[in-house]
Amino acid sequence: MSVLEVKDLLISFNQYTSGLKQQQLNVISNLTITLEKGEILAVVGASGSGKSLLAHAILGILPSNANVSGTLRYDGEVLTPAKQASLRGSEIALIPQSVNYLDPLMRVGNQVRTSARVENPVTAQRKVFERLHLHENVEKMYPFQLSGGMARRTLLSTAIVSGAKVIIADEPTPGLDPVVIKEAMESFRELADSGCAVMLITHDIVSALSIADKIAVFYAGTTVEIAPVENFAGDGEALRHPYSKALWRALPQNDFIPIPGAQPHPGDLPPGCLFAPRCPLATPECDRGQPEMRTLRDGMVRCIHAT
Amino acid sequence: MQLEARNISFRYGNGPYLFRGVNVTVEQGEIVGLTAPSGRGKTTLCRILAGFEKPLEGSVTIDGIPVSSKGFHPVQLVLQHPEKAVNPRWKMEKVLSEGGKPDSELLSLLGIEKEWLTRWPNELSGGELQRFCVVRALNTNTRFLIADEMTTMLDAITQAQIWHAVLEVAKARGMGIIIVSHEEMLIQRLCDRVIELK
Repeated sequence: MSVLEVKDLLISFNQYTSGLKQQQLNVISNLTITLEKGEILAVVGASGSGKSLLAHAILGILPSNANVSGTLRYDGEVLTPAKQASLRGSEIALIPQSVNYLDPLMRVGNQVRTSARVENPVTAQRKVFERLHLHENVEKMYPFQLSGGMARRTLLSTAIVSGAKVIIADEPTPGLDPVVIKEAMESFRELADSGCAVMLITHDIVSALSIADKIAVFYAGTTVEIAPVENFAGDGEALRHPYSKALWRALPQNDFIPIPGAQPHPGDLPPGCLFAPRCPLATPECDRGQPEMRTLRDGMVRCIHAT
Repeated sequence: MQLEARNISFRYGNGPYLFRGVNVTVEQGEIVGLTAPSGRGKTTLCRILAGFEKPLEGSVTIDGIPVSSKGFHPVQLVLQHPEKAVNPRWKMEKVLSEGGKPDSELLSLLGIEKEWLTRWPNELSGGELQRFCVVRALNTNTRFLIADEMTTMLDAITQAQIWHAVLEVAKARGMGIIIVSHEEMLIQRLCDRVIELK
């Protein structure tokens, strides 16, 4: 059974334009995604496509000018703001994207211990630090004394010791060296194998491929494809959506050739398919409304031309 | 033209030495990768090369002459987090002007749209902001560019777009580049040689 279910999620922000005039910016639309027990779902896609917002919506920590509609369910129950407040940190843990989330006035060892809800917090913290190659004296340091990579590993540690059932990792690995990335990825796999559901938001498609079960590709605030990991191989011919293919081919180990253009701004979305203005397959039909997500070859895709 | 860091040592306050006796040379037009495990002082070394930090021992020279602390610094640094590298209370036009007036060709090469210039930094995505930081660093007086995890936070398409643009500029001007990255594949793809900091 799905432990976490997101259905038709829509997030918009009220923004002041000039004076007292406000406008609504739709930053996430029609987003549907499920997390299963024991499974790792990697979320990849364009920068600014709403990946972090999804994470924050699940935890109920969006800023106050955000409007959320659609349904979020945890273990079959609807997630209300009160429910979210009681679950976050205990049942649902977030590894935030920014290292600014560490408490600047607390030694990092203590920060990790406060989130440990299992066994002896001190041993749990030391064990996880050793695993992630953090030296013993790091636990006595304050965040400003850490390098970027050390701060990231501290954030990772808090989630690993939390004993949460759902872990949402928002870009946990940038700035880490390959050895530590491997350890981090293996810890995620172990958490999943012990029954956790893990959502891994990342740009590091290659690392994600080594541990994830499924990959969701985001573009301009919605999912364009959900594919099993095996599809990310070769020239990307097994992928369904033209954006996923372009993303795969732009990797340095593949062609490293980018498609031109940029993701549309939320205030200025195209009328139909959000990718149509950059799509090599686009036809006039594509402008007639956003395509629905449909099942195709063991995955899902939001494109009328995909085969 | 050659950028040379000779026998550099550094530590913060009375802490342990972050590194001692580090030597780095980069020739004009050369693209050099710099790798090391996290916490070994890669970013600090970059800051020393770009003149933001003074080394305790050793010297940084260009063609044998110490880099002047006055005027435009010929070594420019682009950081990993663009949102921390721009003044949040300035519109993008003003942010750009810190690095001199950029020509429109450079702007279009990096895919910056005219309309973005009147926006505030928080109204742009990380990828869009990073394009501005790159342009700001690419003044015509820039001889060496240091990219410290410059595209780590960006998706693969944006990463490839920015690197293609930067390489084009570097080639045209004979600019040297130091690339700090943990992404082995990116380093392999871009660099002429790699220095490993031990």
